[in-house]
Parts: sequence; structure tokens; C-alpha cells
Amino acid sequence: MMTYSIETNVNGRPRAAEVTARDTLLDVLRDHWDVFEVKNGCEQGDCGVCTVILSGKAVNACLTLAVQANGKDVVTAKGIGSPKEPHLLQTKFVEHGAIQCGFCTPGMLTSAKVLLDQNPKANRQEIREAIAGNLCRCTGYKKIVDAIEAAAAKPES
Amino acid sequence: MIAKRADTESVKAEYRVIGKPLPRHDAWGKVYGETKYSNDYKLPNMLYGKVLRSRYAAARLLSIDTRDAEKLPGVVSVMTAKDVQNNETVTRFGQTHAVGGFEGLYRVLADKKIRFKGEAVALVAAERRDIAEKAIDLIKVEYEPLEGVFDPVAAMQPGAYQVGEDKSNVICSYKVRKGNIEEGFAHADVIVENTYRVPMVDHAYLEPESGMAWLDDDGVITIRAATQVIEHFRGVADVLGLPHNKVRVIAPMVGGGFGGKEDITVETYLALLVWKTGRPVSLTYTREESIIAHGKRHPYIMRYKTGATKDGKLVAMEAELISDAGGYVYLSPWVLLYSTVQATGPYDIAHVRVDTHTVLTNNTFCSANRGFGGPQPCFAYESQLDELAKQLNLSPLEIRKRNYLHTGDAMATGRVLEHRVETEQTAEKVLEALGPPSKPKSPPEKIGRGVASSMTSYGRMMFLHDTSRSFVSLDLDGSVTVRCGVQDIGGGQASSLAQIAAEILGVPLSDVNVYIGDSALTPLAGTTTATRQLYMSGNATLKAARVVRDNLLKKAAEILNTSPENLDLKDREIFIQNHRKDTLGLKKTDPECNVNYGGTRKAVVAVETCVDDDSDRVVALEDVVKACAAEGMPLFNVAQFNAPTRELIDFKTGQGKVFADFTFGTQAIEVSVDEETGKVTVLKIVSCYDVGQAINPLSAEGQLEGGALYGLGYGMMENVIMEKGITLSPTLAEYLIPTAVDAPDVETIMIESGGGVGPFGAKGIGEPSCVPTAPALANAVSDALGVRIYELPITPEKILKALGKI
Ligand code: FES
Ligand code: FES
Repeated sequence: MMTYSIETNVNGRPRAAEVTARDTLLDVLRDHWDVFEVKNGCEQGDCGVCTVILSGKAVNACLTLAVQANGKDVVTAKGIGSPKEPHLLQTKFVEHGAIQCGFCTPGMLTSAKVLLDQNPKANRQEIREAIAGNLCRCTGYKKIVDAIEAAAAKPES
Repeated sequence: MIAKRADTESVKAEYRVIGKPLPRHDAWGKVYGETKYSNDYKLPNMLYGKVLRSRYAAARLLSIDTRDAEKLPGVVSVMTAKDVQNNETVTRFGQTHAVGGFEGLYRVLADKKIRFKGEAVALVAAERRDIAEKAIDLIKVEYEPLEGVFDPVAAMQPGAYQVGEDKSNVICSYKVRKGNIEEGFAHADVIVENTYRVPMVDHAYLEPESGMAWLDDDGVITIRAATQVIEHFRGVADVLGLPHNKVRVIAPMVGGGFGGKEDITVETYLALLVWKTGRPVSLTYTREESIIAHGKRHPYIMRYKTGATKDGKLVAMEAELISDAGGYVYLSPWVLLYSTVQATGPYDIAHVRVDTHTVLTNNTFCSANRGFGGPQPCFAYESQLDELAKQLNLSPLEIRKRNYLHTGDAMATGRVLEHRVETEQTAEKVLEALGPPSKPKSPPEKIGRGVASSMTSYGRMMFLHDTSRSFVSLDLDGSVTVRCGVQDIGGGQASSLAQIAAEILGVPLSDVNVYIGDSALTPLAGTTTATRQLYMSGNATLKAARVVRDNLLKKAAEILNTSPENLDLKDREIFIQNHRKDTLGLKKTDPECNVNYGGTRKAVVAVETCVDDDSDRVVALEDVVKACAAEGMPLFNVAQFNAPTRELIDFKTGQGKVFADFTFGTQAIEVSVDEETGKVTVLKIVSCYDVGQAINPLSAEGQLEGGALYGLGYGMMENVIMEKGITLSPTLAEYLIPTAVDAPDVETIMIESGGGVGPFGAKGIGEPSCVPTAPALANAVSDALGVRIYELPITPEKILKALGKI
């Protein structure tokens, strides 16, 4: 089978792999690079747990071909913040109880990060729309919206 | 942000860690992407497993030819039923008490007859995932398709197609008999009779069934899988013909359970492949496999006839429930028993006749799903109540208030509710919180409101003699370790144990470390099912922590020259009660004592109350621990909590006690319905439960919010559509669950009566929280439109049909 060499930058770290034309970014992240915080919930673009930030955009890694990621930056939940330097979104998710099983959390965080990067003062409705592709079966979404809202800049009064 | 927590008249003890909305200890790993779920590990030399599934829902299996698959380079093993030592097995759920008639019979790999589409036929282990997938395609299976039966009512008829090898498709039937039903209806001024239908639904957890396994150095098959029941190690060992202690199951953090990871999923397949190949194997279901091939919530057909007097008192209820179990028995008899006991809801009715049946068909098998037989009858009995209210011209609240069971009343099964029953209060609170009705925006829009209550058991059936164990220890530096074999499926099962230990041992939550979910290394705590973990393992942890505390206090009393009763523990100090920094006994040298600050800082404590030295009143936890250690005084304990037990109920009348306690709650919903499109928008939803005691209000609230949305999905959209045993909605694009844009903000109210049987008087809420949502929605829609929908989910199409528009 014909393979292609790809190079990306995952959370600031250069990565390379030999992939086939059919391999998705999700396959490569998990199978080649052990980037396990990117979850697999459906491989069909329906659940959003595989959401990563690819060159500033939130994408479903399962719908992105690995070759499309060549030469690009990939950011996952781990790249958003770390125990040493937590991102405000991460702190707010914890404080607001926006996490139950946590399986949707990495994808939620990446979607929320992109939203706030583009629209720092997003309101509840905009937040809901931004995470509409990220399913969560546990929380009922309210606390997730609360957390993102708390991390967003306050609208000027 | 934090839900209103209604005050109750009971005097509450003052807790320090319990009852505080603390961030869960497991949340940090989850936001940093560090938590490793079942599929987030790799081992050297690991193989990938794959399951071949039946193409037919009903067929005779004639032959399986695996030769081509075996020849494919990279394929290491192919297994079929003939390779399984004990292929026919029953699921047992960690109970130590065998009860006949409840065996959840199933087959590991199909032989003879195929009973549902997607049934496992063969297993493959290969070097790579894509090779395993290819090998599956190369296995040749010869089937003789059979007619099958797909409707439970048809399956009950004499002469119906037989799903299995038994004489009848009816797995079991139960009854409840109370009073005299004819007499009851004779006293009724109004009688309503309707048939309700609820669909098959999926758990749709975001993490599909998944796991990996390997053979340990000591020959133990070790399985790390997404499961609610590590105690399936016994069932797996039985299938392989191994001693139980040669199989170990580890449950990492689970990405959602909701009952769907209660039955064995990947565990046995993994064990078989590991045992055969000697190599580590990983196996994850695709989303489609998860939907077509694993247990669902039972569809029911329910005929309810309910009679009331003209002043709204229920006098008779007759109910017949038929549940579609699908292709194998699994937990159907148990789920049905729950439905039977809860068929009359939280109401006092003099004359009751309930008949229930669960029936095999060639549909996907059904088993546990959040609520476990509770949501189905609740949809029926709560719809009935509103129909009666309408005819009697009573408000939905009024008719309920006239019929609620109260503390001390007997249910239809004769069981007296000896613990707290606060249903009425929950109903009043949700309606109050709903506030004034919204105004319709435009002419085709109609506003409606609905309310529904439920009582749902927590803790397993008493005849199972349920137990849980927990280990608590203090280390030399005063840090605390809890070991308890709970499975954490996202509800905070581990974190609540940490809170309990922290409370009792007077340490901050961050000083507690919890080890969970390992059948070899953590004391067995039973299943994370039946809303039982806080109740059972919370009590076990409480018991163990108290023993450790007693030992500590004994030693501290010696040091402080007092008796243990005078002592208390807080912030890693043991002190004589009422002599503490934040109360009395502040030292003159303490910064909080204003003597040093000359009034520049606000005095915390007046100088006169400060003492010279408090060393005779306070001792550091660490010092006591060291003193205990030096003398060999044990600072650990393993405690077992035994749930109260009862023997089996009288199956002729259904009379008896099945559950230790129930959780009571009410939900209210306001909808707007567009009469032209049939679209329903939920404007408000309020959920109120008596939670007994919220161990962590943030977590408890999360359960109530998530439960209500789970229930709303059931009410509005979820449906595993099957046609002749074939699932037409095998993806999350077709099987719809609520998204963030569909979801209203659920308002939650917690009553803390302290009247539960869990630790600190807690009740369980994981499952109860999803039960009354769908009927509250149905009642709201009916209020808006004046017509009722008798079948879930309530889709625009059904609404337009009911309005006669299509
Ligand atoms: S795994 Fe990519 S959307 Fe579900
Ligand atoms: S927290 Fe479990 S899916 Fe979102």
C-alpha cells in the first residue's frame, strides 16, 4: 500500500509518521503517537470527542485525513494547559463540576478554546452552538456552559 | 450556581467536608487529558481483537469456515463456539446469594440458533486492526435464515416462533395483588384506560465498550476494561474453566455506564483471545457494534386502567406490562421485577392488580439501563394521573397530593415505607420554581406545563444479600488511603468515598487517595449499578474510617489526658472540643489574635479570649499517628457493610419487601409547541429530589441535571428503530441524543431530609433522576395541545398525527 510521510507539530512537539491515504488524523494521533487524550467515540464525525485544534480551527480528527494535517499544528487538551499552567477553561471546568465521566472533556475543551479565541465574550447561546457537535451524555451540558461562560471575558456593561 | 437546597426541619449535624460543593478529586486528570480510559493503553506485542457478528436476526448456524481467515498473514487466532469451554453461561452480578429463576442466560459465541442480529459468532486476534477487520470478512458462515419473531405480543402466542431452544418465549411473569380489583373499580367515579408504548433506547455513552487484557507473570489473565462490574472476573473464569482467582478485572475510569456496562461486554472475548495466544489483546467496539450488539433499555407495551372517586382519590389500578427482552435473557427478569414493584408509582391505591411479562424476541437483547425498569411504568402511571385530573377538573398537583404515599404508608406490595418520603414537598417545590407561565410568542405556538413524580429504588434487591467492603488507612504523615473496589463511571463514585474518609478522619480532601476497581487488589465493593455505590460502599468506607478514628482518638486521649468523647478531629489536628483556634483557645502568639496587630488588622478573636499556650488541648494528627505506629496500634481497617436482607417475595401476590429504600422526586416542564410543525421546545425544566444528604452538592446537582436530560432524550427523540430485528439507527447521526443546543438549563432543587439509608442519611439519585422526565414532558405537551401522545418519543410527527394534521 502506498504511504506518505507526514510531519506535524502536536502541542508544540514535532511528530512524523508514515501514513496511508485512508488513515485519519485520529488513527495517527492514537495509534502512532499515543496521543490518547484525543478520544474515539464513533469515527464518523457524530460525537465530537476527537475534536482537536488544527491550525486554529476545531476539527473532528476522525474526519480529517492524516495527510491533511501535514505541516500543520495540532493542539489537544494537553496543549491547552497543564497542571503547571492550567488554562482558565480547565480550572473553570473543574470548579463548576462540568466533568463527570470526562470522556467528552478533551473535545469540549478544544471546541471551547477555539470559540473563546475567536469570540472572547461569547454568550450562553453562542457557547451552546459552538459545542453543539460535542456530545456529552453525563452532565446535561449546563455546567459545561457555565464553565465556558465563566472563562469567557465579561461583556462590558 | 449551586442549586437551592431546601431546609428541612431536621437538625443537621455540622459537617466539614460532607455537604460541601468541592471539585472532585478525579476532575483535574480529566481536564488535563491525563486520565487513561480502557482504550488508552498499549502493551508491547499487543494484538487487536475483532468480533464477527451475525448477519441475521433469526437463523440456524450451519457451518463456519475459518480457514481463509487463519491463512491471512498477521492473523494469530480465530475462535468459534467450539473453542469455548463453557459457552453457555449466566451473568451473575457479584451477589453471594444464589437465587433461582433469575439466571441471565446467554451464550458467549453463537452456536445452533442465532437469536439476534449482531450476535457474536467468531473472534479474531491479529497483529493490526485492519488485518483483524479483513480476517472477519474472510470467515465464511453458512446460515439458514429462519422466520423469527419481532413483536413481544406475537412472541407470547402459542405456536409462535421459538427464539431459543426452550418451550416458550415468555421468560417470566410477575403479579401484584392487593385488595379486590373489581370492588375497587366499582367504587370509582371515573376510570381511564389507555395503552402506552415506550421504545428501545441505547445508553449512548461516549466511550464505546472497550478493554485490553494480558497474561500476567503469575499466569493470571488480567483484563482492564470499561465495566460497571469488576466481579465479572468470576463469570469470565467460569467460561474458561479456570479458578476464579486466575482472572483479574481492573476498571479504569469509565467513560459513562448507565447500565450498559453492567453485563459483560468485551471481557470474555479478551480473556479467550489472551488465553489462546498468550499475548496482550485489545478490543474496542465500533459505535455501530455498541448500538446493534449490546443490551438496550426494554421497550414496553403497557395497558393501564386507573379509577378514582370524584374527589380525586385513586381506588383501583390495573396494569399489564409486556417487555421485549430481545434475543437473550440477561437482566430482563430483574428489570421486570423492578417495574412490577414500582408499577403503581408513589401512590396509595387500595385495589391493585398488576401483571407483567418479559418475552424473548429476535430483537437486540435488552438489559440494564439507567432507571432499570422504572422509566417505563412511570410514563404510563403519570400520564394516567393527568388524564384522571382532567376528567375530574383537578389540577395535576392536587390529584397527586391526594394520593401520594407518605412515611409509614404501605405500597401496593404491602411494604411499609419506614424511611422518609418527601414526594409532596418535591412536587410543591418544582411548581413554585416554574414561576408564572410564559406567554406564547406567536399564534401557532401553544404553551403547556406538566409535572410527574416517581419513586425509584436505590440499592439492590434485598434477597440478593448485598455487601460491600472498603479499606481505610492512615499513613505516617497523616495522609489517608482508601481502597475500595468500586467502578467509577463518572458519577463521582470514588470521590464521594474520599469525602467520607476526609470527614471522619479530619483531613482535607486533598489528603485522601482512593484506589478503586481492581478485583485482585481492592476489597470487593460490588457493582456500580442499582444506584448502590454511595449507599453500600459509602457505608462501608464510613464504617472503616470510624474504626481508624476511634483508635486515633483513644491514643490522643492518652496524650491529652482526657477521654476520647471529649475529642474532635479537624484540619489534621485532634483537640479537646470547644478549644480550637476558630472557636476558643486561640494562642496569644497566633496572628489572628489582635494583640500582635495593635488594631491594624481586624481582630478575629478578642484578646481576652486568647490563651497563653494550647499544647495541652491540641495534638497534631501526625504525632498521634506516629505514637500509634510506635505501639503497634492499627491505623487501618477493612469494613464490610451488609445491606439489610429479606427472602424472596410471595410471587403469587407480589407481597413482600424487595428494596431497602426509595428515592422520591418530581420534575416539572414547561413547553411551547408549534401546532403547525409539531415542534416542541422545552422552555423550563425543574427537578427536585429528596437526596437525603448531598455528600457533594456539586456532584449531586450534576446527577440531577444529567438525569433530567437523559430523561428528556427518552421523551423527545431517542429510539433504536428496529425492523425485523435489523437496527435502522446504528449511528449517532441516526440515534439522536440531546445536544447542547437542544438542552434547556435544568434547574435543580435538593431537599436534604437526612432520611436515607446511605452514609449521613444520603439517598441514591443516579438513576432516580431520569425517571419522571418523559411523563412530565408528555403531560406538558398534552396540556398545551389538549391531546395526549401515548407513545414515546414525542416527535413532531406524532404530534401532527394526534392533531389530525397528517
Ligand atoms: S470520534 Fe470523531 S466525532 Fe466521534
Ligand atoms: S462527562 Fe461523560 S460524556 Fe461528558
